[in-house]
Amino acid sequence: MLEIKCPYCGKRSQNEFSYGGDASVKRPALEKEISDKEWDDFVYFRKNPRGKHLELWHHVSGCRQWFKVSRDTTTHEIYKTSKINEE
Amino acid sequence: MQKYSIFSLIKNAFTNHENWEVAWKDPEPKKEYDVVIVGGGGHGLATAYYLAKEHKITNVAILEKGWIGGGNVGRNTTILRSNYMWDANGLFYEYGMKLWENLSQELNYNVMYSPRGIINLAHSDAQLNTYSRRGNSMRLNGIDAMMLGRDELKKMIPFADFSSSARFPIFGGLMQPRGGTARHDAVAWGYARQADSMGVDIIQHCEVTGFEVQNGKIKSVQTSRGNIQTKKVGLCVAGSTSLLAEKLNMKLPIESHVLQACVSEPVKPFLDHVVTFGAGHFYCSQSDKGEMVMGGDLDGYNSYAQRGNLPTLQHVLSEGVAMFPNLSRLKMLRTWGGIMDMSMDGSPIIDKTHIEGLYLNCGWCYGGFKATPVSGWTFAYTIAQDQPHDLNSKFKLNRFSSGHLIDEKGVGTKTWIG
Repeated sequence: MLEIKCPYCGKRSQNEFSYGGDASVKRPALEKEISDKEWDDFVYFRKNPRGKHLELWHHVSGCRQWFKVSRDTTTHEIYKTSKINEE
Repeated sequence: MQKYSIFSLIKNAFTNHENWEVAWKDPEPKKEYDVVIVGGGGHGLATAYYLAKEHKITNVAILEKGWIGGGNVGRNTTILRSNYMWDANGLFYEYGMKLWENLSQELNYNVMYSPRGIINLAHSDAQLNTYSRRGNSMRLNGIDAMMLGRDELKKMIPFADFSSSARFPIFGGLMQPRGGTARHDAVAWGYARQADSMGVDIIQHCEVTGFEVQNGKIKSVQTSRGNIQTKKVGLCVAGSTSLLAEKLNMKLPIESHVLQACVSEPVKPFLDHVVTFGAGHFYCSQSDKGEMVMGGDLDGYNSYAQRGNLPTLQHVLSEGVAMFPNLSRLKMLRTWGGIMDMSMDGSPIIDKTHIEGLYLNCGWCYGGFKATPVSGWTFAYTIAQDQPHDLNSKFKLNRFSSGHLIDEKGVGTKTWIG
C-alpha cells in the first residue's frame, strides 16, 4: 500500500488517490503552429523510466486537488510531493 | 534431437530418467549472428523458432538477461482467445488460434492446449447488445462465437451468482468455444527446444547494455558477455522495451505497469471454462491442479516492480466474489506480478523502425501470452522479409501520429477511462 502525502491534506492511503501519469509532459503552446509529430509526442509518447518518475496524482476521494509526486517506479519510494505550481 | 513420445518415456524409465538429452544447450555467444533477438520470453523464443523453420535463418541468437521463460510468459493467466471485433486484431489472433491448435504436435512438446471455451458475462441488455455486435463481427471474420442465455449459463457455470440479490445480475454472455488455456511454461520450453535443435543459440544470463548504430543501421549489440556483430536485431522485451529504446534514443508510446495474478488453494473441479466478469475487470479459470487462476486490473501507476499492491488485489477479488460468491471461502495460495508494456491504444506494435535492421515487438498490454505463436510468426516474417506481413501490417509504430489507432476497447495505459 502506498502512503501518499497530499500537499494539502497530509499523508493518506493510496485508496484515496487516482493516477494521472507523467507530469513532465508539456502541452504545446496554444498559439503555436505545431506538427503532427509534436502533437503525437505530447499525447502518446512517454519516457517511461525505471527509477525516479515525476507524476501527477489526484486526491479524488479527498480534497480533489491534482499534485505532483516524485516516486521510484521500482521500489515505489516516494521522494517528494508538491503542489502543481511548485518545483 | 530426441523425440518425446510414450516410447521414449518408457525407455528412459528403465534408466531412472537420468539419460534424457538436455532440452536446449547453453552455448557461449559467437562474435556474429545474422539475427539477434533480445528477450528469451515466449515471443522471443517463438520468433527464433519461426525464423529457423519458416525462413531458414538459423544463425540466430536469443539474448536473455535472466533465464528463459522467467518473465511474463511464466506470469500470465494462460488464457487463449481471438474474440476481437476489429479486423486487425481478429484476423491476427485467429491465425494465432490456428497455430495453437497444432502447437503440441508441431513442437513435439505438450503445451496442454485446452479449448475449454471463454465466456464473457453480460450484466445488462446494453452489454448483451455490444456482445452480439462483437460476436457477429467475429463470425464475419471466421471466428467461432455464440451468444448464451441466462438459462444456458446456469447449467454451464452453476456456481456464478444467479440469485435475485446479485449486485450485477447475469443477463447472458458471449462465448468463444475454441478459446481456452495452455500451459505457459511448456510453450516457452517447447519453442526453446525446437529453436535450439535447428541451430539457434539460446544465451541466458546475458544482458544487453547498448547498441552500435552507424549511418542509421544496426551494427552490433553490446552485452554483458561481449560485443555481438549483427545486421538485424529484434526486441521482444515486453515491459523493458522503453529501457532498451532509450539506449537507442527512441521514445515509445508505451508505459510499463504491473499486473497481478493469483491462484487459490486447489479444489475439486468447479469451473469448466474461462469466465470473465462484465461489470469490472476480472477473469478466472481452474487449472488442472484445481487452483482457481485469477487476474484483473493493473495496479494503475507506472511500475517496474514485479510485485503488486494489496488494494488492487482486494479490488480484483471483490469482483471475483461478486461473480462467484463461494470464492470467498478459498484461501489464496500465491500472488505475483508481471510488467506489462501498455501501449496507448491497447494494441501491440510489430514493426520496423527508423533504424535499419531494428525491429520492434511490444505493446502487448494484458494479452501477450495468447499471441505468442502468431507474434513470433509475424515478427519472424517482418525480420526475414524486412517488411510486415499482412497480419501485422496494422500494428505500426506510426499509427499514433497517422491516427490509425486500433482502439478495440478504448483502453490503453489509462485503463480507468474505459
